[in-house]
Amino acid sequence: MVRSPEEEHPQKAFGWAARDNSGTLSPFNFSRRDNGEDDVSIKILYCGVCHSDLHSAKNDWGFTSYPVVPGHEIVGAVTAVGNNVNKFSVNDKVGVGVFVDSCKKCDCCQQGLENYCPQMILTYNSFSSDGTKTYGGYSDIIVVDQNYVLRIPDNMPLDMGAPLLCAGITVYSPMVYYGMNQPGKHLGVAGLGGLGHIAVKIGKAFGMKVTVISTSPKKESEAIDRLGADSFLVSTDPAKFKAAIGTMDYIIDTIAAVHALAPLLSLLNVNGKLVTVGLPEKPLELPIFPLVIGRKLIGGSNVGGIKETQEMLDFCAKHNITADIELIQIDELNKAMERLAKSDVRYRFVIDVGNSQSK
Amino acid sequence: MGDLAEVVQPKKAFGWAARDTSGVLSPFTFSRRATGEKDVSFKVLYCGICHSDLHMLKNEWGSSTYPLVPGHEIVGVVTEIGSKVENFRVGDKVGVGCMVGSCHSYDNCADNLENYCPKMILTYGAKDLDGTITYGGYSDIMVANEHFIVRIPDNLPLDVGAPLLCAGITVYSPLKYYGLDKPGMHVGVVGLGGLGHVAVKFAKAMGVKVTVISTSPNKKKEAIEHLGADSFLVSRNQDELQAATSTMDGIIDTVSAPHALPPLIALLKTNGKLVLVGAPEKPLELPAFPLLMGRKTVAGSGIGGMKETQEMINFAAKHNIAADVEVIPIDYVNTAIERLLKSDVRYRFVIDIGNTLKSTS
Repeated sequence: MVRSPEEEHPQKAFGWAARDNSGTLSPFNFSRRDNGEDDVSIKILYCGVCHSDLHSAKNDWGFTSYPVVPGHEIVGAVTAVGNNVNKFSVNDKVGVGVFVDSCKKCDCCQQGLENYCPQMILTYNSFSSDGTKTYGGYSDIIVVDQNYVLRIPDNMPLDMGAPLLCAGITVYSPMVYYGMNQPGKHLGVAGLGGLGHIAVKIGKAFGMKVTVISTSPKKESEAIDRLGADSFLVSTDPAKFKAAIGTMDYIIDTIAAVHALAPLLSLLNVNGKLVTVGLPEKPLELPIFPLVIGRKLIGGSNVGGIKETQEMLDFCAKHNITADIELIQIDELNKAMERLAKSDVRYRFVIDVGNSQSK
Repeated sequence: MGDLAEVVQPKKAFGWAARDTSGVLSPFTFSRRATGEKDVSFKVLYCGICHSDLHMLKNEWGSSTYPLVPGHEIVGVVTEIGSKVENFRVGDKVGVGCMVGSCHSYDNCADNLENYCPKMILTYGAKDLDGTITYGGYSDIMVANEHFIVRIPDNLPLDVGAPLLCAGITVYSPLKYYGLDKPGMHVGVVGLGGLGHVAVKFAKAMGVKVTVISTSPNKKKEAIEHLGADSFLVSRNQDELQAATSTMDGIIDTVSAPHALPPLIALLKTNGKLVLVGAPEKPLELPAFPLLMGRKTVAGSGIGGMKETQEMINFAAKHNIAADVEVIPIDYVNTAIERLLKSDVRYRFVIDIGNTLKSTS
């Protein structure tokens, strides 16, 4: 017999869920498993609002199972640890990102690439091995296997650190893998939102020259004066664009909507690499000539493994990198989602779960 | 008697040229520059017919000027060298591929990447440094700067070696650059034509496991028994594709006609690379999900630099790799082009210039 979300597991939990593809979120009672031997129980203090949460709430990608409790930029305090847990203690400040389990046995898992494991279980909208659905961080508590929990460095503010658990690792991982971490090289950051603004900060910390590529001229002063970008390219300014052709070694493309690749490819130098980390709903159009004539490549990347995510958090703590956030109460979620759809946020909403009214 | 070219240079030359976008070739008298101090002149013995010749003959890329003498898989014997030529002697067996010039000073040239130099001069149909239009290897003699001459080792026969100068380097370069040359790796080759068949041979010589991916089931026997491929996938067969999901470290895609990328991307393992060396004119659809979910890449590659081209020829000679060719007389060339259009060749036509191209004047 199928149990209701409230009855599936022993521990009561409360969150906000979307019930249908309107994406509207509302209070939702459900439950979490007991703290197992390998588990860490976490009282959630903050959760970032990722654009993926919006895509999932509205079933833009076609695989949402309702009701869905989004949220995969989770930060909180440990309340209980299982007998086998050796990495964390009660009261530790910890985080949970985009996935909460994987097979642990395949080549990917063995190499610290759990994010590419074919049996990777997402923090929300996935099904665990016991058949129950996973629910994310727009909620009060979560129980996670210690191998998928991150330590938040001591000097990192929890609210501003939360978005690093998805946005941060999403840009950090490919920047390292594709070589976008070499001092003096020129990095283009396409899109200045949740992912883009962190890519600028990390790029500068790597010693790179950073150009922000955006359709919004009014973001220029922000990009240069506050985020530290070296230059700003409005993609709709033909003269400036032409002058930038063939000048970039790398581009990290964070744009979540469908957009043209040809102009971005033209900005790359020979051997240039464009890495896309956004997930538009429809396919992009890829012109092949520029790839062949300039030996260019377009690559994808999806978050990062646990070891790498910890490395990213430590790197950010060392360089005082956090997200620029707007803190909201949980009952302001729907308004926040509407604004997010219009890119009206500098640059991540973070839900103050710990202080929000529970019902 | 053929037409005369407009600019008259010191050396008489004879070849076959197309006059218009019909692409039909006929005898053509023209001239080449005198052997400069850094030049090597050679008598052309063989020239491969590349699919690019077909595109250029019909002006499909919009850059052709007529009369057009194609041919960039050219081999022959040195007849004269300039006073400052250090590396070649009269009598040497040599070749010229897709380029005859570059700027020599730009960043890419310094890295031995003349093929990516913005001032790179193509072997035919391009403006040379002296303002004249370059003419290719469907002709009796060639004059080229020493830097762009490749030595053909003695044990590599000229007729089967000629196609390596374009087809060979076009597939060798990405196998190396994208790291698909490590023993034990599994690489797919899409398309079994001029490029594809050479890719199979190179990859096998590198110790790589090779799967040929083709629309033609009747090429299977050839691929496995003659070319040495380890397996063969019919790309229209969903079951075969499914069974090969996530099995390949890389794919060299030689198909220039429009085709779907997602089924090929699905064949790649995590971190896998799909490298395109054929260039369809229209953009192809690229869904983001498959790329992201496996950290996969789609990349391109175009021929190779001169140092690498020589390295490729030496590698081929060492491993007895050569193209499978159909040698034809020059007056068969128009028929050969028509057959090439239908992919009716195993796997490269090579024109026997030395024995059949005679000036009619």
